[in-house]
Amino acid sequence: MDNTRETLIEIEGLYQIFGPDAKNVLPKVKAGASKEEILAETGHTIGLQDINLSVKRGEIFVIMGLSGSGKSTLIRHFNRLIDPTAGKIKVEGDDIMELPVKELTTFRRHKMAMVFQHFGLMPHRCVLDNVGYGLLIKGEKRAEWKPKAVNWLETVGLGGYEDQYPSQLSGGQQQRVGLARALCTDAEILLMDEAFSALDPLIRSEMQEQLIDLQENLQKTIIFITHDLDEALRLGDRIAVLKDGKLVQVGTPVDIVLKPEDDYVRAFAKDVNRARALTVQTIMTADTSKLEGISAKDVRDIFPADRGHAFVFNNNAYQGVLTKQQLDDMQDDDLLEKVLIKVPTVRRTNLLQDVIPLSLNTRFDLPVVNKQGELKGRVEASKLADVLSP
Amino acid sequence: MIDSSWLTEFPDMSRRELLAIRQSLDSAYRTFSRDYGESIENFFDPLLYFLVWFENLLIETPWWLVLAAIVGLVYAATRSWKLCSGVLAAFLAIGYFGMWEDTMRTLSIITVCTILSICIGIPIGILMARSDRAKSIITPMLDIMQTMPAFVYLIPVVMLLGIGRIPGVIAVVIYAIPPVIRLTNLGIRLVNQETLEAATAYGATPTQRLFGVQIPLAMPTIMAGINQTIMMALAMVVVASMIGVKGLGQPVLKSITNQYFTLGLLNGLAIVALAIIFDRVSQSYAKRAQKHLEGTENG
Ligand SMILES: Nc1ncnc2c1ncn2[C@@H]1O[C@H](COP(=O)(O)OP(=O)(O)OP(=O)(O)O)[C@@H](O)[C@H]1O
Ligand SMILES: [Mg+2]
Repeated sequence: MDNTRETLIEIEGLYQIFGPDAKNVLPKVKAGASKEEILAETGHTIGLQDINLSVKRGEIFVIMGLSGSGKSTLIRHFNRLIDPTAGKIKVEGDDIMELPVKELTTFRRHKMAMVFQHFGLMPHRCVLDNVGYGLLIKGEKRAEWKPKAVNWLETVGLGGYEDQYPSQLSGGQQQRVGLARALCTDAEILLMDEAFSALDPLIRSEMQEQLIDLQENLQKTIIFITHDLDEALRLGDRIAVLKDGKLVQVGTPVDIVLKPEDDYVRAFAKDVNRARALTVQTIMTADTSKLEGISAKDVRDIFPADRGHAFVFNNNAYQGVLTKQQLDDMQDDDLLEKVLIKVPTVRRTNLLQDVIPLSLNTRFDLPVVNKQGELKGRVEASKLADVLSP
Repeated sequence: MIDSSWLTEFPDMSRRELLAIRQSLDSAYRTFSRDYGESIENFFDPLLYFLVWFENLLIETPWWLVLAAIVGLVYAATRSWKLCSGVLAAFLAIGYFGMWEDTMRTLSIITVCTILSICIGIPIGILMARSDRAKSIITPMLDIMQTMPAFVYLIPVVMLLGIGRIPGVIAVVIYAIPPVIRLTNLGIRLVNQETLEAATAYGATPTQRLFGVQIPLAMPTIMAGINQTIMMALAMVVVASMIGVKGLGQPVLKSITNQYFTLGLLNGLAIVALAIIFDRVSQSYAKRAQKHLEGTENG
């Protein structure tokens, strides 16, 4: 992802200490006492300590860590389901700790939607009413939101379940109802607490793919929690690794895999099959410059000077690769299609393992396109090799 | 050794002092009831009118109409013909043995007491669930209300309001209200935290949370409380009759003093019949409402 995006959410010096007298224990924690010492001395549990992070608009920010590392605790701070012992939580520059109750409610209604680890569905409402809950609570009429809710239910693969009750669904199905509920609100920020953990591997990777597709169209900001590194690498633009309530590393998937900052992250990263864990997204060079035309004269002037080859498009459809050499040998009226080299396209979501054979078959970069076939960037063989050789 | 009697006998306060305390408290209360008795009585007047009106309605309407209305209500609440025919048989037997009017009186006072208990009890239960402070204050009060012999709190009520229906209603409500308060509190506190968090996360106001999530999810527990309350109200019928509440309790009282075994048994059975009817109907209504809300368990 480019680094030019603006910061949307900022967390500064966040501490969460569980116990009756948290404020008085705080100085001890700040002085550096360990989780075990604090528990033995004061009976308080450290949930989070000294968390500083910023989330950019439009990115998928993954928070990863083992069970009990404080992931759920952290995500509950973003919409103030729990108040921190100390620290600031800023969204678009406003400290949400300072919002009065009424504005906090408005903020929750419009800015954020959340998917819960244990679903958090309302057992006394049917699936449809659960999906529309966020809109219902805003006072929108059922007739207005019903089509939308039905639509999202179909998107998550639960069309026809509208009138069932949550207790009649399996865990994975309930999780998808929770997902549909979050998407139905149109909130800009999605908080997803282990949203896919209850799904079986097949549906899980299907949902991951769907989320990436959705993200391409909707450009939401997503905070995604998982304890699974493969999932983190697949989805995350950036990944924060949490251990015992402390952030140990924040970085891109490639950083985490290739440059782990401590043993904890290294242990995580060691077992990763990089070709299977990393996607094109993580190594692609974002570059949308392309040649548009059918004959040599259409493209002669726009051929990038610093490149040996370029991708040719016609009517927004990918045609093939044209080299500088070929172009120089051509007459103005020669048609490009006769000489174009048919290098296959890849998608951002493709795993590296699927891309390797394609890359080995050609000496050119692979074009990366989105669902609509628009060019998004390219995969260079050298980068691919860098990532795969430990 | 001056006086070591405190070793063998409890060093209690002298009789004179105790008497003084009793007299001053009693006279203070008497003054209070003389000064405020009337305004307090006036305060309860609307309730009294309603009670009298409801009782007369049940008694003066032709019996078959009342019976039809009761069976209709039972059917509406339970959708069970079996229960309806049971209710019909019980009321026919009650009427045949000449207890129709007393039963109607008891029915009316129990209905009013139950409604009052629900209207007062549920808000108190909600308050208790929301604040631990309120809970720590109310819980011991409920303990007292449930264990203090009814006669003890009847004394000040009768001193204040005399003998009649209103003191009876107050006594019954004091005795019967704790379960609905306790179980409302419990039900709300047991609501799944993540479900409640989900409501908060989507921007539900405290009111929306209360009426949209907490109360509906606590309903089965609250219904159990209401059921208990009704049972306890019925159990108070005989005690209430001692302070002039008419109904099935009075013949029972009469049979105790005059040793009329059959009369006592019949009226006692009528109370039991009412209790069973109330219990089955309210439980089956609760179950039906719950099923409707929760869907069938796991498909
Ligand atoms: N309300 C609470 N009171 C006391 N301790 C708490 C509370 N909530 C969480 N904790 C503690 O905080 C720590 C982190 O819990 P948290 O639920 O955030 O973990 P998690 O990373 O989400 O784990 P999992 O993957 O199992 O969901 C745990 O040690 C837990 O005991
Ligand atoms: Mg968790």
